Amino acid sequence: MKSLLNLCIVSFGSAGAWSEEYVDAIVTDGITKSFDGFVAVDGVSIAVGEGELFGLLGPNGAGKTTLINMLSTMSRPTSGTARVCGFDVVREAAAVRRAIGVVFQGTTLDDHLTGRENLDLHGRLYGMAKKLRRKRISEVLQLVELSDKADLLVKTYSGGMMRRLEIARGLMHHPRVLFLDEPTLGLDPQTRFHIWEYIRGLNRDEGVTMVLTTHYMEEADTLCDRIAIIDHGRITALGGSEQLKSALGGDIITLRLANSEDGERLLRLYERSPYVSRATIRDSTLYLTVEQSEEVIPLVFQTALGSDISIQSVTVRKPTLDDVFVHHTGRGIRDEVASEFARVRYKLQTSKR
Amino acid sequence: MGVTRAFQTVYTMWLREMLRFKRAKSRIVGSLATPLFFLIILGTAIGSSYKIESYREFMTPGIIAMVLLFSSIFGGVSIIWDREFGFLKEILIAPVNRFFVALGKAFGGVTTAVIQGMLLMIIAMSVGVEYRSLLGLLASIPIMFIIGVGFISLGIALASRIESHEGFQMVMSFLTMPLVLLSGAFFPLSELPPWLKTAVYLNPLTYGVEALRWALYGEPEIPITICITVLLSFAVITTFIGSWLFGRAKV
Ligand SMILES: Nc1ncnc2c1ncn2[C@@H]1O[C@H](COP(=O)(O)OP(=O)(O)OP(=O)(O)O)[C@@H](O)[C@H]1O
Ligand SMILES: [Mg+2]
Repeated sequence: MKSLLNLCIVSFGSAGAWSEEYVDAIVTDGITKSFDGFVAVDGVSIAVGEGELFGLLGPNGAGKTTLINMLSTMSRPTSGTARVCGFDVVREAAAVRRAIGVVFQGTTLDDHLTGRENLDLHGRLYGMAKKLRRKRISEVLQLVELSDKADLLVKTYSGGMMRRLEIARGLMHHPRVLFLDEPTLGLDPQTRFHIWEYIRGLNRDEGVTMVLTTHYMEEADTLCDRIAIIDHGRITALGGSEQLKSALGGDIITLRLANSEDGERLLRLYERSPYVSRATIRDSTLYLTVEQSEEVIPLVFQTALGSDISIQSVTVRKPTLDDVFVHHTGRGIRDEVASEFARVRYKLQTSKR
Repeated sequence: MGVTRAFQTVYTMWLREMLRFKRAKSRIVGSLATPLFFLIILGTAIGSSYKIESYREFMTPGIIAMVLLFSSIFGGVSIIWDREFGFLKEILIAPVNRFFVALGKAFGGVTTAVIQGMLLMIIAMSVGVEYRSLLGLLASIPIMFIIGVGFISLGIALASRIESHEGFQMVMSFLTMPLVLLSGAFFPLSELPPWLKTAVYLNPLTYGVEALRWALYGEPEIPITICITVLLSFAVITTFIGSWLFGRAKV
């Protein structure tokens, strides 16, 4: 009974403005979540600036959703603290809730209602007056180009339309911070591209601080001001996309070989050579990080010829976020077979009932 | 401010149930078909076979109570679907008090349950069922309301603890059918063997059936004051348990 009373007090307590000591939109300090001993988020300390578009990039099960859930007060941290808009996510949960919007990983629409009704109920739950609600509904519908579909049942929407409606709804009450958990998961490339446009535009025009999670590298790459790479619940790298890539030092040479034994042998040779700063192998493909690729390529070939190994193909490119990910975790984000399962799961969740 | 927000939360949840109800016409028709068959076929058959005069009238309050029970437990347990299809997250992330969310859900479900009960009452008239008076009909409305609140809150309480829709099936078969059968909806209470009598008197629905019998026909076997007291207590207790459990429910 006491907790019930507490709930009342908390939800009707302080007003939803910024708290006094506000510095960054989000600050976490060693935030940790474990489930029966399994550590899903492990001592994450990050700061997200106001107006920033911040990305959490990581494979399935990295702990992205768990982190978002803690920041959005949906679940309690096991240890550590976090402040969103200056409010503590545990002690001032109600104030945090008023300040944020959340677009969850799976769909959270009522598909027996129309798009407009979903938005209207949302506005009511956030205590928006009728006039404001009306105005805002037509604004956000326009933002995501759903005005002409607003009065259709959500059941009849496509996956992309549902996602757009959820983004619109998340923005409806003018949140200071919007969390987007895998906003384009399972959508076709064209729809994804459209949603990127909306996200970018909203971040720019409405000045909303955004935290989005994704396991698509292109998404993090093209959208985010800064990216945190998360793996096994830990942040392994943090910075702007260019910054993360250039930190790898130079270009990536990819060598395709006849078989993996050749690869292993060459790997050991390259690891010892001074001109290769990093060498990794996946199956029969070698990845070399080098500083001056123009000068290094001939040397690479000499080494291979010297030990009688033939190289089948070679490519040189600037590092991608995938390389950054491999560099920090020793695995490729694309290796994760599970992402396909996640996609299917999402499809199932959003498919018609 | 607090009161306004509380009211707004309750109203929003109620409104959602109404919007959904509005579009569920086929479900409503479907949910009234079974009880009507009971009433027309079983009521007539038993009445004539066993030479019990007006058995159909005897059954009517029981059948109405059954409809209320089904639709209110269903209304409460539908939270399981809200969880499965994600909408529960949208509600729980909002800066609103869960107590009032549960209350709004309950009022919404009760409204739909009472509408269904009234529809059945009226349809029953068209097949020849008669009632004591118009006043009695009106009196049955608040009674239906109290019955509905009690069982919908029970549904909310169960849904807050049950994690999947498999559990929902268990509830439906192991809770609702026994409640109906042990309620005096289909048989008089006086001649029962002691073990059955005890079970029937422990069943809150019995008091709902008897209260409706009082309103529609004026001849209850349990005094109306006792019925109302039991129903009100049941409603208050389940409302608190239901909203308390919902407040602690996992998403
Ligand atoms: N409620 C829970 N109980 C037990 N384990 C959980 C729970 N929620 C998450 N986990 C585990 O924590 C880890 C992180 O899960 P999380 O959902 O945060 O990953 P994610 O990065 O969002 O992955 P995805 O890309 O699949 O959404 C996973 O191993 C998951 O199994
Ligand atoms: Mg996730």
